[in-house]
Amino acid sequence: MSSYLITVATFIAIYAIVVCGLNVIVGFAGQISLGHAAFFSIGAYASAILTTKAGLSFWTALPLVILVSGLIGLLLGLPSLRVKDDFLAITTIGINFIVEAVFLYIPFFGGALGIGGIPRVFFFGMKMRGTAFFILCLVFLALVLIVCWWFTRSWGGLACFALREEEEAASSMGISPVRFKLLAFVLGTVMAGLGGALYAHYMRFISATDFSFPLSITFLGMVVLGGMGTIWGPVLGALLLCILPELFRPLANYRMLLYTVILLLMIRFQPGGLLGEGSVARKVFSFRLLGGKA
Amino acid sequence: MQLFIEQFLNGIAMGSIYALITLGLALVYGVMRILHVAHAAVYTVGAYIGLLVLHLTGSLFLAFLSAMGFCAFLGIVIERFIYFPLLKYPPYVPLIGSIAAMLAIEELCRLVAGPYILTFPARLPFPVVHLGGITISETLMAVYCITAAVLLFLWYLTTKTELGLAMRATSQDIPIADAMGINSHWIMSITFIIGSAIAAIAGILVGIYYNEVYPTMGAVPAYKTLALIVVGGMGSVPGAVIASLLLGVAETLLIGYANIPLPRDALAFIAMIAILMWRPEGLMGSK
Repeated sequence: MSSYLITVATFIAIYAIVVCGLNVIVGFAGQISLGHAAFFSIGAYASAILTTKAGLSFWTALPLVILVSGLIGLLLGLPSLRVKDDFLAITTIGINFIVEAVFLYIPFFGGALGIGGIPRVFFFGMKMRGTAFFILCLVFLALVLIVCWWFTRSWGGLACFALREEEEAASSMGISPVRFKLLAFVLGTVMAGLGGALYAHYMRFISATDFSFPLSITFLGMVVLGGMGTIWGPVLGALLLCILPELFRPLANYRMLLYTVILLLMIRFQPGGLLGEGSVARKVFSFRLLGGKA
Repeated sequence: MQLFIEQFLNGIAMGSIYALITLGLALVYGVMRILHVAHAAVYTVGAYIGLLVLHLTGSLFLAFLSAMGFCAFLGIVIERFIYFPLLKYPPYVPLIGSIAAMLAIEELCRLVAGPYILTFPARLPFPVVHLGGITISETLMAVYCITAAVLLFLWYLTTKTELGLAMRATSQDIPIADAMGINSHWIMSITFIIGSAIAAIAGILVGIYYNEVYPTMGAVPAYKTLALIVVGGMGSVPGAVIASLLLGVAETLLIGYANIPLPRDALAFIAMIAILMWRPEGLMGSK
């Protein structure tokens, strides 16, 4: 495969990991988050600082990165206990802007220059680049998908579904909204942090503007278009929204316009997502599989 | 002291402009419960149309009028094509649609008018006021007077007319309003007409105030005004106006006097989150 295709595929895999995390928060627990790029950036910055300033390797830094992302997810998940729906959406937009400003204006995080010289990932002395790094990302993606699948089957997942459908009814049945909302936030941000760490070691240079608010919108767009609350939806969404801009590259100046118009049309005509309930794909599949009972 | 007062007056002007943008947003949120991010794109289009008509006819009055007309039309298109069919879905679906629409309109502006900053060579026919050593320029006077007029008009419309009564009824309960013979869909469209026309006024005023019009001029107001309607209490028009004025003054004074390492947009969001944690229903909102 050409290195161009490998690069695009690596990005798709990294974004899919991050979007799976967002799906846990939005799709499973029903908590809207428009600040997922902030969690992504926290993972990237944590890994970049631990490897460049503290001299750790990718593998020794990874558990710390996951710990840090989880703790920050816990902290930034706290507002979700106090505000809901539109208020939560706006709070998370605010979190995105604040985190970006902190990384951009505090010198410790490299300021406007960002952080460069992030080391490559080594695996038993082998330098991971190109195809090898792509396979590493795929392994992590598979791991994340297994965790997601396991989560939907676990008590924690069922409790989150119940909270998503009807919070008051669920809490009257003894499901603690505090515990399970925070659980979903921590799980989601850990996945975003993992994606961030992979991104940092793939790009080897990060700056705060890579993680600004439009990226959060792209992530949410991927979740919604793929199909919220499904296992494969986020992967499909990441695939779609990463490939579309590449396909439109020859259009140069009109690329962004076409991309946003297509996003608008998809959300307008398939608001439940491409794999979600009531979608064309579902109807066709169930028609084929169930012998005409769509 | 004189500097302080001048800063303060500038802050009020900033706040008035925020208020003009936020008003439309608060009206729309009140009736449809949709976070209308694309409102900022409507405001950008208003500035461009105003500039175009000013160049074609040379009349600022016609510029205001045609920008308001065009934006009202654009507002209705957005409402009919994007929001109304998505009303039955959870709020993030129309929100994503709205953000996509905003980015698309921004791109369209960039492709049609070019990515450069255009100047807005207009003078507003308002008097310059001298008050004991302090000069209030004609632009500031225009911003004050136009904002006051719009607020007065909206107050009259919503409290003294039958249309206002219908709008308030729709914002409280759509099925009951329908049962009382109100065509709630039309009320939504009318809300969009009013809100978008006000956004056009704000767009032209911002263009003249900073003497610049560019495709992404809506990007920062888009999210800041969302923060304002939240802090003001979702859909509460007086709350939105108070929050806008407070933000305008606070921003201008903080930039002038305090030395804080974070940019003012981030500070605005920190203040917003603090207020939300303290009062989750907003300053003037009700549970």
